[in-house]
Amino acid sequence: MLVTRAEVEHVAELARLALTETEIPYFQQQLSAILTEVEKMQEVPTDDVPPTSQVIPRTNVLRADVIGETLERDDILAIAPAHDGVRYSVPRILGEDE
Amino acid sequence: MESLADRTAHELSGMLAAGEVSAVELTKDALGVIERTNKALNSFLTVSDVQAMSAAKAVDEARARGEKLGPMAGIPVAVKDVLVTKGVTTTAGSRILEGFVPPYDATAVQRLRQAGAIIVGKTNMDEFAMGSSNENSGFGAVHHPWDLSRVPGGSSGGSAAAVAAGQAVAALGTDTGGSIRLPAAFCGLVAIKPTYGRVSRYGLIAFASSLDQVGPMTRDVTDAATLLEAISGHDPADATSLEDPADFTTGLDRGIKGLRVGIVKELFTEGMEPEVAAAVRRGIDQLVSLGAQVEECSLPSFKYALAAYHVIAPAEASSNLARFDGVRYGLRSPDARDVTEMMMRSREEGFGDEVKRRIMVGTYALSAGYYDAYYDKAQRVRTVVIRELEAAYENFDVLVGPTAPCVAFKLGDRVNDPVAMYLADIATIPMSLAGIPAITVPIGLADGLPVGLQIFGPHFSEAQILRAAFALEQSAGFDSRPRRDFAHSAAPQAKPGQP
Repeated sequence: MLVTRAEVEHVAELARLALTETEIPYFQQQLSAILTEVEKMQEVPTDDVPPTSQVIPRTNVLRADVIGETLERDDILAIAPAHDGVRYSVPRILGEDE
Repeated sequence: MESLADRTAHELSGMLAAGEVSAVELTKDALGVIERTNKALNSFLTVSDVQAMSAAKAVDEARARGEKLGPMAGIPVAVKDVLVTKGVTTTAGSRILEGFVPPYDATAVQRLRQAGAIIVGKTNMDEFAMGSSNENSGFGAVHHPWDLSRVPGGSSGGSAAAVAAGQAVAALGTDTGGSIRLPAAFCGLVAIKPTYGRVSRYGLIAFASSLDQVGPMTRDVTDAATLLEAISGHDPADATSLEDPADFTTGLDRGIKGLRVGIVKELFTEGMEPEVAAAVRRGIDQLVSLGAQVEECSLPSFKYALAAYHVIAPAEASSNLARFDGVRYGLRSPDARDVTEMMMRSREEGFGDEVKRRIMVGTYALSAGYYDAYYDKAQRVRTVVIRELEAAYENFDVLVGPTAPCVAFKLGDRVNDPVAMYLADIATIPMSLAGIPAITVPIGLADGLPVGLQIFGPHFSEAQILRAAFALEQSAGFDSRPRRDFAHSAAPQAKPGQP
């Protein structure tokens, strides 16, 4: 198994996914299979090859700094799960002792 | 039952202009087909019947006033549910966006509306466009209109099924590693993934930003060229969109005498179904008969494109999908003690398996200690693919190969084996990595199911590959009329892609 259980837990934590107990071994097996497939690309010699950063070479795409049309705050808040009329509402951010 | 929407857009456009039919009649027919067939196909997630009828009425009124209308005016079009539509629910096939009603239109959608096209609804898809069979939708699988026990391909499976069954005359799909081309090939349609930047990505819910492109799915090449023209062009809201002129319909029938065509031998992969390979070879023979200079060529790096893609696309996805945090839109898990728990549970509950898999692969590939071995390596392999293509285009005007290594497979066949599922995209990924345009044309059948031939050229060569596709289409004589024989039989139960 290429990926350990601890790695799956770590990656899930980084990706903010609260995996269930059954999901951890399931994804461990699948992630290992996928990463094994991906290993194939190590066969390509790339020491003298730069990594691609964009496919259509363009530099400095600029635009005039003018205020255009924007969306209304009320319309944006209306699609949020919770708000107080002017701001998004979220559960507590800081812990008890902070 | 006959329906006006079974015809092509260019045919209907002439009929509309001549006053033989109205946009209202045409739209009613398309909506009628949707009503009779959507239960069996599950191709639409939202049907915008009220908006569609009022848009059709507006087009008819404009025509009556003598306004000059374009070729898409009054044509019923379906839109993949990954493009946001103002006031119409948009889910990207995900439970995390269930009931999400966007406050603005994607640029491609806005251009469709400006062209007078009638948006009949939003089509089902693999969640966040991640999949090759449409079984990863959070709202159930889509069924293939030719055989309900099979997949339509993905991720734009709903759009493909809609056009193949006559629920719409044409559709918009999106393609990140083959998501327009694969379902089009499976369902016997024409579809083009344009050059990266040709169509604005503004309002396209992002999967992998360096790969995503919007494109048309139609029943013939002329319609594909016409629809692509309507949605192309620079958009100040997308800095990667191109200014280059977009004329794809002029000279479509000019023929391909002397066109230098390279057959990429690596695209005929080991696991390819022999009947599919034979059908593609027969298509290539027709290119020879049409006067093209055809030769085999080799692009060895194509063998590694799938691997590189499955690092790059998930890496970008892991970053793009971070926006689904339960704060600004979409699902929020209730009763969390703090904000981190709220985010973690919202994402766990809202995302399906494939999305979680890709987010984790991407996060892994970008995490400390693995970046060089995975992400950096993949972007270097991508450069090798691009360079080999550039070298090939010194000798050839266009390259060809199969669109897929197989025909539409059975529902459930690959859903629990992600690696087997990924292989369906093996012939479409290299073009995505290079950002070049690629078109699929139906050229025949294998085991009674459609086979697509893929033609791809250098950046900005859409006019050229469309011309080659047009010539091939005329000679192949594929019957692309919609099929809905199933309308009389009951649909088998769909199994969503869950363990």
